[in-house]
Amino acid sequence: MHILVCVKQVPYAQNIAIDPVTNTLVREGVESILNPFDGYALEAAARLKDANPAIEIHALSMGPPQAEAALRECLAMAADKGYLATDRAFAGSDTLATSYILSETIRYIEREQGISFALIFCGKQAIDGDTAQVGPQIAELLGMAQVTNGLVCELQDNKLFIWRETDEGKEQVAVELPCLATFTKPGFEPRLATVRRRTAARRAEISVIGAQELQESDFNRMGLKGSPTQVKRTFAPTLKAGGVVVDTAQDPAAVAHLAQLLVERHIISTVK
Amino acid sequence: MKYTPVSPDVIALLEEVTPGRVVVGNAINPDYSRDEMPIYGTHQPEVAIDVHSTAEVSAIMKICHQNNIPVTTRGAGTGLVGGSVPIYGGVVICTAQMNQIISFDEEQFGVVTQPGVLLETLKSEALKRGLMYPPDPGQKLATIGGNVSTNAGGMRAIKYGTTKDYVRGMTVVLADGEVMHIGANVAKTSMGYNLVQLITGAEGTLGVITELVLKLIKAPKLEISVMAPFADLDTALLAVPKIFKSSFRPTALEFFERDILELSESYVGKKVWPREVQGAPVQAYLLMIFDGDDMEEIDPIIEKMADFLLDAGAMDVMVADTVTKINDIWSARSAFLDCIMDSYKLYDENDVVVPIHKISEFVAFFTQEAEQYDFEVRYLGHAGDGNLHIFGVSNTMEEEPFKAQIHLWMEAMYTKALEMGGELTGEHGIGSGKISYFEDYVSERVIGLHAAIKEAFDPKGILNPGKVVRGR
Repeated sequence: MHILVCVKQVPYAQNIAIDPVTNTLVREGVESILNPFDGYALEAAARLKDANPAIEIHALSMGPPQAEAALRECLAMAADKGYLATDRAFAGSDTLATSYILSETIRYIEREQGISFALIFCGKQAIDGDTAQVGPQIAELLGMAQVTNGLVCELQDNKLFIWRETDEGKEQVAVELPCLATFTKPGFEPRLATVRRRTAARRAEISVIGAQELQESDFNRMGLKGSPTQVKRTFAPTLKAGGVVVDTAQDPAAVAHLAQLLVERHIISTVK
Repeated sequence: MKYTPVSPDVIALLEEVTPGRVVVGNAINPDYSRDEMPIYGTHQPEVAIDVHSTAEVSAIMKICHQNNIPVTTRGAGTGLVGGSVPIYGGVVICTAQMNQIISFDEEQFGVVTQPGVLLETLKSEALKRGLMYPPDPGQKLATIGGNVSTNAGGMRAIKYGTTKDYVRGMTVVLADGEVMHIGANVAKTSMGYNLVQLITGAEGTLGVITELVLKLIKAPKLEISVMAPFADLDTALLAVPKIFKSSFRPTALEFFERDILELSESYVGKKVWPREVQGAPVQAYLLMIFDGDDMEEIDPIIEKMADFLLDAGAMDVMVADTVTKINDIWSARSAFLDCIMDSYKLYDENDVVVPIHKISEFVAFFTQEAEQYDFEVRYLGHAGDGNLHIFGVSNTMEEEPFKAQIHLWMEAMYTKALEMGGELTGEHGIGSGKISYFEDYVSERVIGLHAAIKEAFDPKGILNPGKVVRGR
């Protein structure tokens, strides 16, 4: 069985800056990381492989050549093969064009390798764009069933049993294969790379897929011209606090209640 | 010791020096009566002053010296041995508002700073200039003045040393108010007694530090963490001396056991560390940092290290080499102290140092000793330098029996540490909490010399009395 995990390299959120003149992300000097949700998708695949070592995990990323680092990280953690979709023709793609390129790339990999993916896993969204559109769009383009906001999953009788997060809590869904699932943060972090895997990952060959490989695809659906949406402005979201009102006029023990809230949230350690 | 209570006349004199900042009686922030180890006692000062300059400290010391009033200096109050608690009342001088970094010397790799600068501020400001202040105590919200006063250590001591190795000079206000400048931002000195180093670690008993000249180094560009799970603690600890013999030079080398890790991970709400490797349960971990300027330099070391650790019995060897993974892997380790303090009503601690090849024997000793008592034991340690953090904790005991049992346990541990060729405290200091153990640990002659030095600096015994060495 083959599982494909789609990953994106994103800027490390804690040091994002926006150029006040061009309104674009300042990428200079900003560390790049594997999109955290994609890490959870990879971990979900790795856990299926733990249970069934015959599974092969493939990792695919679309991005500039340096996105190769994110793929090597996936290889170091759990992936068996890495593919990078990169080409000037892909630059400037919005989520629709990106999904198209990725779906065409997936078809290409399946043809080239003579395999078909039983499962495609994605992070629920990338922490830079935050759209949560690419995973579902890939499923549409490939005509696959899809489940979003997955937490943990297992395979049984050619079905994926997946717990998904909902507004009310969580629910378990069974989906026939093949299917695409997107993942959110479960109660654990992705596994660490072992030194041995990491060494192998540093030397591994990453297959590069560009316009040449996708020559049968529709180039009008790629890059800027394939992108019906355009980014007009990029800005940091204003921090919205949920807000708890502790009113001394309403609550005679307001100070004690506030202190208790702060302790519960580990903002202060103790009240003596 | 007989001190004079602070009179309204003295308050008026102090008010002239620091107008509007002389806080008296119940108006004093109760934080000024304690540090982070309240089990050693808390005591409210009569007067508290947030000072802003060397001149103010000098004037305050003159007044207190003339009037025989004890003075206790504090920074952020994150100490763990009662060092900043004004146990004889009097005046508390808080240097936390003297929080300016005065200048960086990027040619000579140095920094001149006020004592109230927080460790995390100093580190991040240095890093912005490609420089590093290497001492790395866990508590980054401590002030640098407090770090120097306790000769704080931290994880990176095995490669970079402790605070004392970075103190080149200081401005000190002496007990009578005289201002003394000692040391300079140069790499060498051979000028008489090393007073800079004497005041470093003196816990405010010899003078009040009001400015520091600290050494910095060029910051390494990269840092990688390596973690090895083990099936048992002994195997993990036996690997430690071998790591050094094999010329690996980790920047940090920490150990802990599964239960402490689980406690800490549930406290931070993040599950990163493996609990099993290929179905076999993990009981202990070694965690290392390696630093350098590029991956080409670090990678071969890590690969050799991995082979070495596997030979030494590690179940696997894992690596955190991205900013997210490094944060993930260290969050549980960093939260340990807060986790203990929030999880238990009663806690006491020591930070004994033993030779690294005897850590395992020492752990076996104190866990076995504790079996006869009602408290629980939690510990981890800097495996690379033998400095352990050993806690007795309880949520069910009453304070008095807890203290009595802990005392017996501590005594046994210190006796054993001495026998093993260790030290009583690696980085927390003596304060008031360890003073009686210190007196037992070293010879009378050593205590006598301490008393004579104290007498020479502070004949009236007004500087942080009851700490490190008892007065007359």
